[in-house]
This record gives sequence, C-alpha cells and structure tokens, in this order.
Amino acid sequence: MKQKLFNDTTLFLTFAAAILLMPIWLAPLGASYPDLLQKFAIYGIFAIGYNILFGLTGYLSFGHAAFLGVGSYAAVWSFKLFTMNAIPAVLFGVFFAGVLALIIGYLSLRRSGIYFSILTLAFAQMSYNLAYSVLTPITNGETGLQLTLQDPRMIDAMFIEVGEGLPITNLFGIKMSGYSGFYFCAVLLIICFYISLRIFRSPFGLMLRGIKSNQNRMNYTGLNTRPYMLAAFVISGMFAGLAGSLLAVTDPLAGAERMQWTASGEVVLMTILGGVGTLIGPILGAGLIKYFENIFSSFNNNILHDFFSFLPDTLENIVVQVTGLFVGGGWHLTLGLLFVIVVVYLPGGIVEGFQRLARLLSRKKQPDKTSSSLKNQSAE
Amino acid sequence: MENLVLHLDNIQKNFAGLRALADVNLHIEKGKTHAIIGPNGAGKSTLLNVCVGRLAPDSGKVIFDGDELTGLKPHEITQKGVARVFQTPEIFQELTLLENTMLPALSKRDGAFSFNPFRTMRSQTDINDEAQDILEDVGLAEQMKQIAGSLSRGDKRRLELAMCLILRPRLLLLDEPTAGMSRHDTNQTIELLNKIKKGGMTKIIIEHDMHVVFSLADKVSVLARGKIIASGLPEDVRGDPVVKEAYLGGAQE
Amino acid sequence: MDSILIQLLNGLDKGAAYALIALGLTLVFGTLGIVNFAHGAIFMLGAFCAVTFRKLLTLSEKVQDPTVTLFAAYKEVPYLKIWFGDTGLMIIDYAVPLSILFSIPIMILVGYVMERGLIRHFYKRPHADQILVTFGLAIVIQELIKAAFGANPIPQPPPDIVSGSANVGLWLGLGEALVYPWWRLMYLVFSAVMIFGVFSFLKYTTYGMVVRAGMWDRETVGLLGINIERRFTIVFALAAVVAGVAGVMYTPILPPDYHMGMDFLVLSFVVVVVGGMGSLGGAVAAGFLLGIVQSFASMNEIKDIFPGIDQIIIYLVAVVILLTRPRGLMGRAGVMED
Ligand SMILES: Nc1ncnc2c1ncn2[C@@H]1O[C@H](COP(=O)(O)OP(=O)(O)O)[C@@H](O)[C@H]1O
Ligand SMILES: [Mg+2]
Repeated sequence: MKQKLFNDTTLFLTFAAAILLMPIWLAPLGASYPDLLQKFAIYGIFAIGYNILFGLTGYLSFGHAAFLGVGSYAAVWSFKLFTMNAIPAVLFGVFFAGVLALIIGYLSLRRSGIYFSILTLAFAQMSYNLAYSVLTPITNGETGLQLTLQDPRMIDAMFIEVGEGLPITNLFGIKMSGYSGFYFCAVLLIICFYISLRIFRSPFGLMLRGIKSNQNRMNYTGLNTRPYMLAAFVISGMFAGLAGSLLAVTDPLAGAERMQWTASGEVVLMTILGGVGTLIGPILGAGLIKYFENIFSSFNNNILHDFFSFLPDTLENIVVQVTGLFVGGGWHLTLGLLFVIVVVYLPGGIVEGFQRLARLLSRKKQPDKTSSSLKNQSAE
Repeated sequence: MENLVLHLDNIQKNFAGLRALADVNLHIEKGKTHAIIGPNGAGKSTLLNVCVGRLAPDSGKVIFDGDELTGLKPHEITQKGVARVFQTPEIFQELTLLENTMLPALSKRDGAFSFNPFRTMRSQTDINDEAQDILEDVGLAEQMKQIAGSLSRGDKRRLELAMCLILRPRLLLLDEPTAGMSRHDTNQTIELLNKIKKGGMTKIIIEHDMHVVFSLADKVSVLARGKIIASGLPEDVRGDPVVKEAYLGGAQE
Repeated sequence: MDSILIQLLNGLDKGAAYALIALGLTLVFGTLGIVNFAHGAIFMLGAFCAVTFRKLLTLSEKVQDPTVTLFAAYKEVPYLKIWFGDTGLMIIDYAVPLSILFSIPIMILVGYVMERGLIRHFYKRPHADQILVTFGLAIVIQELIKAAFGANPIPQPPPDIVSGSANVGLWLGLGEALVYPWWRLMYLVFSAVMIFGVFSFLKYTTYGMVVRAGMWDRETVGLLGINIERRFTIVFALAAVVAGVAGVMYTPILPPDYHMGMDFLVLSFVVVVVGGMGSLGGAVAAGFLLGIVQSFASMNEIKDIFPGIDQIIIYLVAVVILLTRPRGLMGRAGVMED
C-alpha cells in the first residue's frame, strides 16, 4: 500500500516534469514551437477528460465536440464583453460546458450502449447546425466569433487605456501567445492530470469501473448508477470546455466547425490510440495525432527532395513520389495506417506498447518481479 | 403471522404467451431458509427476478417487511436489504477480488449518491478490512489481488456470495448457488450458509441438489409450470407423490 | 398540394438513399457484430467504380480535327466510337447503369478482402477497437482515392434519355408544374428493388435464413455445425455490394468525391440506431422516416414558423424517438446496449 502512494507521486512528478520540459525534449523532433506545444497541452486536457467518461465507465460519447465548442464561444464572449484576461474566459468556458453537459448528459444517460452514443452525437450535431444557422447572433455563423474594435470589454475599459488595434489575450499582463501561452496551458494540463489521477484512485473511480465492468451487478449492490454517471459525464464535459476555452485563449476566435462530429471522433480516436482507461494513454494519443497533423502535413516535395538528395536522381524521384503520398496533404493516409497498425498489433493502444517493451526489457534483466509491478502501476 | 418477512401475493408473469408464473403465493418466515425446487423451466429464476425488480410482474405484489417492492428499481430494492446471487455469476470480471467485494460495501454506504472524488481508496480502511474478513469467510482471502475473471466457476460463485454477504442483507436470494461446484466445494458452501443462518438472515434458495436442500432448508416449496404445487417441511415434501409426478412430467417436456 | 407532393418525393428519394446505406450497415452490425466505420468508404468506392468505368469507356485516341482547316487541330475520339460508331457513343451514354455490372465483381472482391484480411480478426474485440480499425481503414481508402482521382468532385451525367425531368404532375392529373428529375425517380425505384432483393434473399434462401438465425443467436448457429465464418464473409460481401451499387447509382445525383462516404456515414449510423439495433426493417423504416421528415422541414412554410428547423430536424427526431422508445423503432433487447 505504501509502495503504491509512492508510485503515484513519482508518476505525477515525472509527468509534470515531462510536460514542463517539452520545449526542450521535443526540439529534436521538430515539435517544440509554441503553437504545436499549446495544441499538445490543450488536446491532452480534452482527451484526459474524455477518458474519465469513456475509460472509466465505458460509455462512448460521440458528442464531446459540443462542449469544446461551447468552451471556445464562452471564452471569446468573455474577451469581447469583459476582459482580455484568460482567467474569466477559462471559468466561463468550463461553466457553460458544464451546464450543457448536465443537460445533454441527463437526457442521454437514459440509454446505454450505442443508443447513448447516438443520442450524444445527435445533440452535438444539433448544436453544430444551430451554431451555423439560427444562433448566428451568438456565434457569428460561418465567419466565426472574433474580436472587434467595437467590443465593450467593460472591465478592461475601466482599468486600461484603449490601445491601437485589437488587444491580445493575457494573464494579468503576460501575453497568452507563444511560450507563455503554452506554460499556462501546461499548468492547467498538469492540474487536470492530477484531478484525473485522484478520480482514478477514488471510490468514485472504482464505482465507475464497476459500472463499466457490470452495470447489472452494480445495480444489485444498491448503487443508483445514474447520478454517478452524470457526475462523470459533467466532469468530462467541463474538461472539454476548459480545452475549448484554452483554444480561444491562445487564439481568440471560435468557429462552429469545432463542434462538428469529426472533432468528437478525433477525441475518441486519441483516447483509443493512446490506451482507453489508462492514465497517460489519452495524452499520448492526443500528442501523436496532433504531431502527425502538424509535422507530417508540413512536409512538401522540396523538403523530401532535400532529404533524399543523396540518392541517384531517378531513384530519388521515385522515392519522393512514394513518400509524398504519406506526407503533406496525404498525412491522413499515414494516420489511417497508424490506426490500423496500432489496433492490430497493440490492442491496448500505445500504453500497451510501452508495457510490452518494459516487460521485455525487465525480463532480460531480472525475471518477473519488476515487470508485474510496472504493469500494475500503469494499467490502472 | 408476525414472523413472516416476505409475501408474494398472486404473482403472475407471462412471456409472449408463455405462462412463466401462474398465481404464485408464497410467505417466507423471518430467519428461516426456504428452498424452492422444481424442474427446469418451472419459473424459479423468474420468481426471483420479480422479487428483485429485474422483471415487473403482470399482476400481484411483493411485500418485504411491510414495504411493497413491486415497482421499485433494483438498486432501491437492494437498499432495502435484499441481495441476490444469480444463476450465472454476476461479478466484476475485470476487477480484483478485493475490489469486487469492496464495491458493494461502498454502494451500501454511498448508494444514494455521495460524491467526493478526492477520497482515495486507500483511506477506506474500514471497508477494506470488512471486505478482507468476508473474503476470508468464503475462503478466497489468498486470491484477494487476483482478477475475478480468472477464477474457476465455483470460486466465482463464492465471490458473488461474498459480495452479497458484505451488504449484510436481511433477505438473501440464492439461485442455484452450488451448481457447477465439486462435492467438496458444495459442502464448504453448505457450511458457510449454515454459519450465516445463525445471524438471523432470511434466505430463499433455489437448488437442484437434494443434499443441499436437506442440509439447509427449514421449509421447501415445489414450483412446477409456474405454480406452487406443494409446500411444507423437507421430509413431507420428499414423500409427496404430486412432487414426483411433477418432476417426471417436467423431464418429459 | 404540388409542393407537398414534391417534398414527399424528395423525402422518399433521400430516405431511399439513407435506407440503402443503413441496410448494409445494420446487416454487418447484426450478424457480424462489427461497428463498421468503413461502410461509407465502401459506398464511395462504388461511386468511383462508376468514375473508373466511364474513364475506361472513354479511352481516346487523338485524331486530327477535320473541321479546323487553318491549322492542325487535334481532338480526342474515344476508341469505342472509332470501333463501333454510334453504338459506341450509346454505350458511353449508358456508362452509369452499365457500371453496376462492372462494380458488382469489384465490390465482392473489396468485401472479401476487407473481411478476410482485417475485419474477421475483430469479431471478438471491443467495439472501440473495431471503430479505430475501420475508421483507419476508411481514411486509408479515402486517401488512396484522393491520390488516384484528385480532390475535386467528378460529375457523372445520367444517360441522355433520363437526364431531364418527368412530368409527374401530368401523370397524376395535377398540372404541369409538378416535375421531378428522371434519374431521381429511377434511384427511388432502384432502391426499392434493392431493399426488396435483400429482404427476399434473407427470407427465401437457405443462406439467408441462416444469416437471420445468426442475427438472433450466433452461438447456437455455430453449434449447429454450420460454417458461420464463411457466411460472415458472404454477408460482408453482400453488404459491400449493396453499398457499392448504391454508390454507383448515386453518382448522377451527387458528383463523387473522396469524402462523400464520411458525409453519409454519420447519418446512416443515426438511421440504423433510430431503426433499432438488429432490425433490418427498422433501418429501412427509419431511413424513409428521416428522409421524409427532413424534406418537409425544409419547406419554407415550416421554416418560417420554426427557424433553423431544417438544420436539426433529423437529429431532433432521432432524439425524440430514442428517448421515448428505448431501442429505437424496432430494436431487439440486448443488442449493443452495453
Ligand atoms: N426474459 C425472458 N423472456 C422470455 N422467456 C423467458 C424469459 N425468462 C424466462 N423465460 C422463460 O420462462 C420459463 C421459466 O424460466 P426460468 O424462470 O428461468 O426457469 P427455472 O425454473 O429453470 O429457473 C422458461 O420457459 C423460460 O424459457
Ligand atoms: Mg433458473
């Protein structure tokens, strides 16, 4: 028992250190520029939150993008109406996403399995379509919600001299773009990870896992599963709202496409790719997908020609032709193949891959003991 | 009459034309073990399903200790002190034995909803101790850290029994608790059930094994084609020609 | 009155498209227990069979254009015309219906390869894994099509004689104003035939009966000593053919592009689930219901009363049905409920 606490503490500290040091250790991978780092952190939060619902309870929501979108809209409105400070924006984002999650969750949780999934999908698609059409006064429709010079910004107006041009988002004066923006997101990611860790280790978390494992038996232990499920749903919706508001903090505009089903699908894929129900899996999945999206898509044929210039000309052309399929506009192809390969060879996602690797290595060193403890630690 | 704890009044249940329960009346005495026997398909499991709210009866009432159970949800019935061991073990396959046993205890405490995600499982020492004691009782303490899905069929039943016992129910419903067990395990289970008998818990047990029935039951009822055809002390029921007839008739169907 | 009839036709037409895709999806769901996110991609592959077939038919030779006399101008003349004259041109004109024949063997092959190569390893895996792998597969197929055919839609005209509109109004004695595109009417009839065909196959052939039995109780059918594996392959191939042929026929209505499958996928999932898991009839009923409801919601009279209703009506109806009927229109208990 004592052992376990120690492990969680190390896990948390290692995680925090790894996140804060990302600008350094991701540099060799070409992924240390602030925009991408911010995305890693933000989608990491989104996926952690999603995993609290899907990983613990097994309920597959196909509508979490709605909460992401609401978080963004609420944050931009906070910038427009009140202040460019990030804190109120984040609070508004989390709050409104939580309210929406309460409504959608209350209704959708009346059903389970695929019926639940389609209910969440339907609610999110309705939000998306409304955001495009009748809600245009709030969402600014296709153009997306943006800052303008006419915005009242009531709180800022009281304290700050109105400057030239559009103001930028800040945290009590620290600008929220670039590396400082990343560190703001990173700290929130670490807090979210901590919350998720505590939920995983709590009686609440165990109950949720009981619901996933056998909801029928859970009922016959006398547990009213509905409010617990709803709590999990709302928490994960609030995480999504936080992620959405951070998207707006680092880049103050919000568009309806953030609520589309493809965005819901993306977080499902992130979670499964990394490892459903594991603590760090979803973050790894989110990181990997965002890495592919940003790095692979930025390759073009010139870069490839440079890269393969050591080859004879004809061979170079062929190789560039073939690899060109997988990068640039074709990065989706690589991603699709990655999904297939991971799910075929690593049924538990990337985390399982690491576990196998760890088991393999430790078996070589000393038989059994360490491998099983390692497995227990990260499997939960 | 004072000491009757469970009343089943005129219970009827049909499945798409099939009459599973036809006007069942049953009254169970407090603290006693009541066995229900009968051929396969007689409606025994259906009767328990009606008791715990898994199925709603077409007509009739279930009254437990003065409260009507019909119409309540399964978790509400469980909270009133009714626990059930299913015919095919319903356990948490992916969780450890200890977690399996702690969960019902947590539900008993927080079932109605008490939300505090920041307590750790480690701080639940009382529940942890209680679960370990019960696992000890059913003889599974050593496998406590094992995943439940890896247990043998017999052990799964014992685990499920432990999960019910930790609820400290006033009424325990057992659907063929020794099916698939070896003679040795069966005897152990009988011993265990006899031990908790002294705790004053009321039990309804469905069983095919007459050895088990006679070792445990204070009273026996025979269910055939959805009707109670005989009820009484074990010795009386054993000699009843109607009962023999019912079993043979059932076998021919 | 006219506009209501038009909307009804529109709705039936849309509904037929939904129903047809949902039919294959639910067949695979029900028998194989597979959540197939690649089903939309199969539909898209069917559409690109039509594209390919037309390309093959119109393979051309450059010949000098005799009408231009000032300089040597060249124009492309299809071999078919050179060889067969006007008959050749007629064959090209009928490219879309003819590609049905072309597509069937290809779709059988696609279904066979997908099921044997990948899907069958996922029968016992969690739905999450199935989603990931079929989604990955769908992306791969999409991207390959994009690499081969480009990203832009490629229009496919229907045969000349059905390219105009039919005077539906005159037939029904309702005046000339009521006209409806011929090809859409054809699509409606074609869908009805396909749906009828699949139902007859399941109902009247021994193969079909085993498949239906498998939808009810897979294990027992397996125990009867029936080679369930092979039947699964056939069901998957059948679903692929249904989706693929639907894709072919849809090309004159919507010029195919590489992501048309994804666009249809989500709606067909909604259709399947609203119909109820494990119910073929439910899927078809839900397809038509949602199609009709959607086209009526897009009438101006309705939009004036409920602004934006046309945008959400399908999902709204889906929500109402799923909340009032626990298993959709005709779903069976215990199918994908946990
Ligand atoms: N959920 C159900 N739906 C339809 N028929 C059922 C259902 N549950 C039980 N039955 C039928 O009711 C009859 C009684 O079943 P059951 O109570 O399980 O018998 P047993 O006495 O063997 O436990 C059987 O014929 C069974 O097939
Ligand atoms: Mg039974």
